[in-house]
Amino acid sequence: MLRNLRVNGETRKVDVEDGDAPLLWVLRDELHLTGTKYGCGIAQCGACTVHIDGVPTRACSIPVSAAVDRDIVTIEGVAGPEADAVRNAWTAHDTPQCGYCQSGQIMSAIALLRDNKSPSDEDIDLAMNGNICRCATYHRIRAAIHDAAKSLGG
Amino acid sequence: MQPVLTRRDALTGAAGLVIGAYVAPRAALAKGPMPDAPVLPNAFLRIAPDNIVTVIVKHLEFGQGPITGLTTLVAEELGADWSQMRAEHAPANAKLYNNLSFGPMQGTGGSSAIANSYMQMRRVGAAAREMLIAAAAAEWRAPASEITLEKGVLRHGDKNAPIGAFAEQAATLPVPANPKLKDAKDFKLIGRENAVPKLDTADKTNGKALFTLDVYEPDMLTVVVAHPPRFGATPQRVDDKAARAIPGVVDVKPISTGVAVYATGMWAALKGRDALKVIWDESRAEHRSSAELIDALAAKAATPGVVAASHGNVDAALKSGGKVVEAEYRFPYLAHAPMEPRDGVMKFDGAKVQARYGSQIQTLDQMQIAKIFGIASENVAIETLLAGGSFGRRGDLGGDQLGELCEATKAISPNRWVKLIWTREDDIGGGFYRPIVVHKMRAAIDGDQIVAWSDTVASPSIGKGTAMEPMMLANGVDNTMVEGAKELPYDIPNFRCDAHIVDGGPRVLFWRSVGSTHTAFVVETFLDELLALMGKDPVEGRLAMMSRAPREAGALRAVAELAGWPRTPAQGRARGVALAKSFNSYVAQIAEVSLGRNGEPRVHKVWCAVDCGVAVNPDIIRAQMEGGIGYGLGHILYAQVRLEKGGAVERNFDAYRSLRINEMPDIEVRIVPSAEPPTGVGEPGVPPIGPAVANALAKLTGKRTYRLPIHPGVA
Repeated sequence: MLRNLRVNGETRKVDVEDGDAPLLWVLRDELHLTGTKYGCGIAQCGACTVHIDGVPTRACSIPVSAAVDRDIVTIEGVAGPEADAVRNAWTAHDTPQCGYCQSGQIMSAIALLRDNKSPSDEDIDLAMNGNICRCATYHRIRAAIHDAAKSLGG
Repeated sequence: MQPVLTRRDALTGAAGLVIGAYVAPRAALAKGPMPDAPVLPNAFLRIAPDNIVTVIVKHLEFGQGPITGLTTLVAEELGADWSQMRAEHAPANAKLYNNLSFGPMQGTGGSSAIANSYMQMRRVGAAAREMLIAAAAAEWRAPASEITLEKGVLRHGDKNAPIGAFAEQAATLPVPANPKLKDAKDFKLIGRENAVPKLDTADKTNGKALFTLDVYEPDMLTVVVAHPPRFGATPQRVDDKAARAIPGVVDVKPISTGVAVYATGMWAALKGRDALKVIWDESRAEHRSSAELIDALAAKAATPGVVAASHGNVDAALKSGGKVVEAEYRFPYLAHAPMEPRDGVMKFDGAKVQARYGSQIQTLDQMQIAKIFGIASENVAIETLLAGGSFGRRGDLGGDQLGELCEATKAISPNRWVKLIWTREDDIGGGFYRPIVVHKMRAAIDGDQIVAWSDTVASPSIGKGTAMEPMMLANGVDNTMVEGAKELPYDIPNFRCDAHIVDGGPRVLFWRSVGSTHTAFVVETFLDELLALMGKDPVEGRLAMMSRAPREAGALRAVAELAGWPRTPAQGRARGVALAKSFNSYVAQIAEVSLGRNGEPRVHKVWCAVDCGVAVNPDIIRAQMEGGIGYGLGHILYAQVRLEKGGAVERNFDAYRSLRINEMPDIEVRIVPSAEPPTGVGEPGVPPIGPAVANALAKLTGKRTYRLPIHPGVA
């Protein structure tokens, strides 16, 4: 059946019979928005993090039926001062290694900075410990978030 | 703007390619041997009239930085501006793109990318530079010796031109066999801080980086494979009625390792797999637990093995009346668990195979694919894509995921694109682990000296029975069992390292730093224990035994200075030190540790010194030390894959605990200045962290660690 998804500000029609299909696979296989990654399928690693109505959400564990009529933002569409600040800081630190988890890391970091202009190390731990990076770029992720906060005047 | 990775499709459409128009297009690959020459700037380098310089990188980028590193080497000698540099993965071609340290084989591993490419890629850049200058000299009627090329601009007197302006003329000139290389003091990029931002960062912060999972071909089918619950079982009877009834499921086919479900997308494939009813033939399956398998290793390690190295007379020294210390160390299976589980995209047209994925050892992969399809290797084209980590897991020695991809493609051929995706459960539960290992240690102390050291290793072999066996095994010992254990940097008069290969259990594989994952732990914690028994300082005690190991000693002195050793840490904390040489790089680390809730170790800070010869990309070296420390730490603290009744217990990150950001220590890295040839950094950051932490914990608790992981269980 056709469902309307509001993704990155546009309404997209997707033909998905099974309402239980995880949003992750609809974004990827139907819309070819491939920046959102599969890592575990059980909301343990955060590689699939998107924003739904502004809230960082694991796309592998939310059924597409629950995402209809809500604002879905992926790494391809995320914008605004926090997004710019995070990308700039990520670039300044050359944070990514393999890069596969970084979409999810960046989506979590942007959501954190929208909520909290001046996060402490503990705030960063709480907001980011659902995002696994097997390359262990955590050291630079933390530094980049602090720098992004500073650039936003936090 | 940040330079970005170019796409492979740019190859065929690139206008005005220069410095040799030859770039191996897919069609050419099928035609057989390539012309070779001592220097091949054409196969490695393309300069376009718009001044974009593209380096064709023979190594797989899975996070360790070869895309940027090899491009740095070319740009340095060429005299290019970093902003004009681009990079792309080379096609599979063992003649053009072999790893010089592997012999006639293209592949990435053993922390060898920079080490084997250092002179080769510099010569490519230098040859292109001389050709561009020669072309400018002819046009300007000026002596070549008076023309400079810096930051991508050729100059003579008041004349100047960007390199793209002379690219086509230069391409018609002969390639110089021995181009003059720069003196190190004139380097503008190599070893310079902030000179070389990574080429792949931009695409990796906006979702554009293309991984295998992101490939969609026309009418492509997504495939998942139902694997048996026990290692070694095969499908006996398959009831696929319910699976085929799932909308989107296109076909179901048994293959040698399981049952392949083909669907129009991943969700349908997963639902189809769940709906399969499979009866497995377990007559040749593994039924033992990992505890049983490790007990069997321990029994072997208690007996003498095949001697890998020895000097003096260990047996006599152990009986000579000094204090004898014994210990037995046990290491679990570890999964690599790269963020992107193994995957691959493939099509067979009846004569040729096209494959797109993060190929780590392209030449072995070509041979394996060719064998399964019954075609010649030349008819296998592999397009190497960015890979979401590997840590060794993408080195495919056969009977693994690549074989499944081939079988699944062949079963539905011809002319159907297939994308095989392993789920995380397939990955962590699927074998090809860091081997289980037991070390039986014996040492004798006489006065204030260690006079005897005996290390008997028992483990399954990584190389035995694979295409790598001739490279890895000698006299019944797999070198990866004993590397780091058979040649110590310490002066001990009576020494022996012997080993038993014990077959059985799930397949095992290279895992970031390979043998040094366990040998460095054993050597550095056992030595620490002996030094403590003698009342010696861990740093001074080591240095006093390192008369023949100046570079190890240099790294150790550097880290001690960086950490202010022997400064006493805050109340409740302790510091431990360890060092290891692996892949010809020398790394020493000091870890500061406390005990947190439930006695869980908390690592606050790690100081790290690395001597890897000439530091080509200092910030990548630091990043690899940081990442290696994080990777090593997570496993040594938390991780294990256990077997029960022949099947893996841990299958996803809920049980196979990964290091998270709140567990990552602060890290400070010092690069030891060196003019030695560059060596690798992808792996050498891993080995010292485990023993450094364990040595700190021993100070805190009085207890030594002989069983890994240190703190098993989930968070």
